[in-house]
Amino acid sequence: MDTEHLAKLYGQMHLIRRLEEEAARAYAMGKIGGFLHLYIGQEAVAVGACAALEQDDYVVTTYRDHGIAIAKGMSPGVMMAELYGKATGCSKGLGGSMHMFDARNNMLGGHGIVGGHIPLATGAAFASKYRKDGRVTLCFFGDGAVSIQGFHEGVSLAALWKLPIVFICENNEYSMGTPLSRTLSEEDVSKKAIGYGIAHDRFFANDVLEVEERLGQAIRRARSESLPTLVEVRTYRFRGHSMSDPGKYRTAAELEEHKKRDPLLTARAKLEALVDKARLDAIDADVEKEVEAAVKFADDSPEPDPSVLEPTTYDGPFAS
Amino acid sequence: MTSTRNLRFREALREAMIEEMERDSRVFLMGEEVGHYNGAYKVSEGMLDKFGPERVIDTPIAEGGFAGLGVGAAMAGLRPIIEFMTWNFSAVAFDQILNNAAKVRQMSGGQFTCPIVFRGPNASARQVGSQHSHAMEHFYAHVPGLKVVAPAFVSDAKALMKAAIADDNPVLVMESETLYSIKGDVPDDLPPLPLGLAHVPRVGTDVTLVAYSRMTHLALEAATALEKEGISAEVVDLRSLRPLDEETIVSSVKKTQRCVVVHEGWPYGGVGAEISDRVQRAAFDWLLAPVLRVTTRDVPMPYNAKLEQYCMPQLDRVVAACKRAVHRSG
Repeated sequence: MDTEHLAKLYGQMHLIRRLEEEAARAYAMGKIGGFLHLYIGQEAVAVGACAALEQDDYVVTTYRDHGIAIAKGMSPGVMMAELYGKATGCSKGLGGSMHMFDARNNMLGGHGIVGGHIPLATGAAFASKYRKDGRVTLCFFGDGAVSIQGFHEGVSLAALWKLPIVFICENNEYSMGTPLSRTLSEEDVSKKAIGYGIAHDRFFANDVLEVEERLGQAIRRARSESLPTLVEVRTYRFRGHSMSDPGKYRTAAELEEHKKRDPLLTARAKLEALVDKARLDAIDADVEKEVEAAVKFADDSPEPDPSVLEPTTYDGPFAS
Repeated sequence: MTSTRNLRFREALREAMIEEMERDSRVFLMGEEVGHYNGAYKVSEGMLDKFGPERVIDTPIAEGGFAGLGVGAAMAGLRPIIEFMTWNFSAVAFDQILNNAAKVRQMSGGQFTCPIVFRGPNASARQVGSQHSHAMEHFYAHVPGLKVVAPAFVSDAKALMKAAIADDNPVLVMESETLYSIKGDVPDDLPPLPLGLAHVPRVGTDVTLVAYSRMTHLALEAATALEKEGISAEVVDLRSLRPLDEETIVSSVKKTQRCVVVHEGWPYGGVGAEISDRVQRAAFDWLLAPVLRVTTRDVPMPYNAKLEQYCMPQLDRVVAACKRAVHRSG
């Protein structure tokens, strides 16, 4: 096992976990408004997936997007500033929690309408095939998205035109407060690939290295054969759907059971067997410094001015 | 001297797409029946043979899917032309246009643009019933982030289409099934027409008729009828609904002091309501009569031929509205 690689992935997962915890704190203090959907518990998916990508590959995701933005390379300060609605945020404070866009890292957003971004991801993959640029698109969505039109049309077109894309269903067992058993007639989401005639895979996302390896296979299929794959990654969110969700639809025992398989602690345990405590402490200390700096950057940044609105609505003169 | 050719409306649209596709390899055409079938209304006839299946792409019936695909491709650097077989079917892709095409630039703080054209025939055809007769421009002109154009004449159709494809924003081109076969002269060296410029195809002094797309032709017909009764009507053909050429409308109304807006689609909150608001604010002291609107009647479109005609804006209703505006003060 490559110790340095695991240390890097552990550090990223820990950074995402700590940023989310700080975001929750800032939300409670009224510094972040609107919706805030935390990624805590699912970190291995984003980190494992992005570890298997090239820098200029495309990523498109849902509103639970902070972790993926960080894994794709967004600076923590820029992400936190966006949550704070500040002018220094990735989207100048105009997008907020659900709309993490990062053109430099080919992160095509954070999108707020369930399933609406899936055809858009198919479009990014279409562009890659059209231009023959060799890029792969990763499209993330939840189990709640597989009943809506956007999922089926997006996957159907990608299958029909053999586009270089991996559809990643982050099955966290609940679409908001409704368990999968009450939203789907077939609990194996990956089987939906069969009707479209594309490859599929299904596994638990507790071990970040396994996520990297399994998604890596799908990414290689996309890159070398220009074929899509539907991957169901089974995960669990430790917090509510959003900050306003007390999670009364699940038992404390169920949550505790899942926390035993916490992907962050799993990675840490693996790493503990490979490096000494001083090394682990150093990684954790670096994460704390990054988190502290991100929060300070967000706190100290200015609010956006109304003058930002019209130029970001249209390219060129405003059309009214 | 500039040479011109007499083209049909659909040929002018096709020429614009072909010229832009020849100019820019990032431009492609996608939609139902655009390739092998040569277009449901033959707008894209011959384009598959010319550009091949990589750039003229037949889709399954999945408007939400291919409209969204176009948005993603535009964000990733291509310049899609997405054809809706009719704008009626864009209703199932409304989320993609409203939430993605119109918003990605602002939601991303200006990091991404969406240079895409959505196009197809709009408004009523003949007896195609309530679900196939929608004037969708009213819904879309409401949305900041979108541009909406609706040409009435052949050369404008070509010039606006070229400008729409070259624009870095989402542009919605409202065509008309009942205009596709009309003919008009198109100069060989026709430049793109900047979006947002109305023009005055008929000059008059007593009342301003504001219209676009097929209704411009009805307005011109009404102006001819009114002339016989001694009323001089000026016709403003908008060409673009968003951006809207308020200056041309208002300067015409300041001259004629009366305004009648003609459009298909329902009256409640439509383009005509927007124009009425702007005219009363910008030309209040000039107006001798309230701004009137002639629209599709406020019911779903019926199938029956006579009832359909009853519901649509007709010559007699336009003429009557102009007379009401003129005689109120005279």
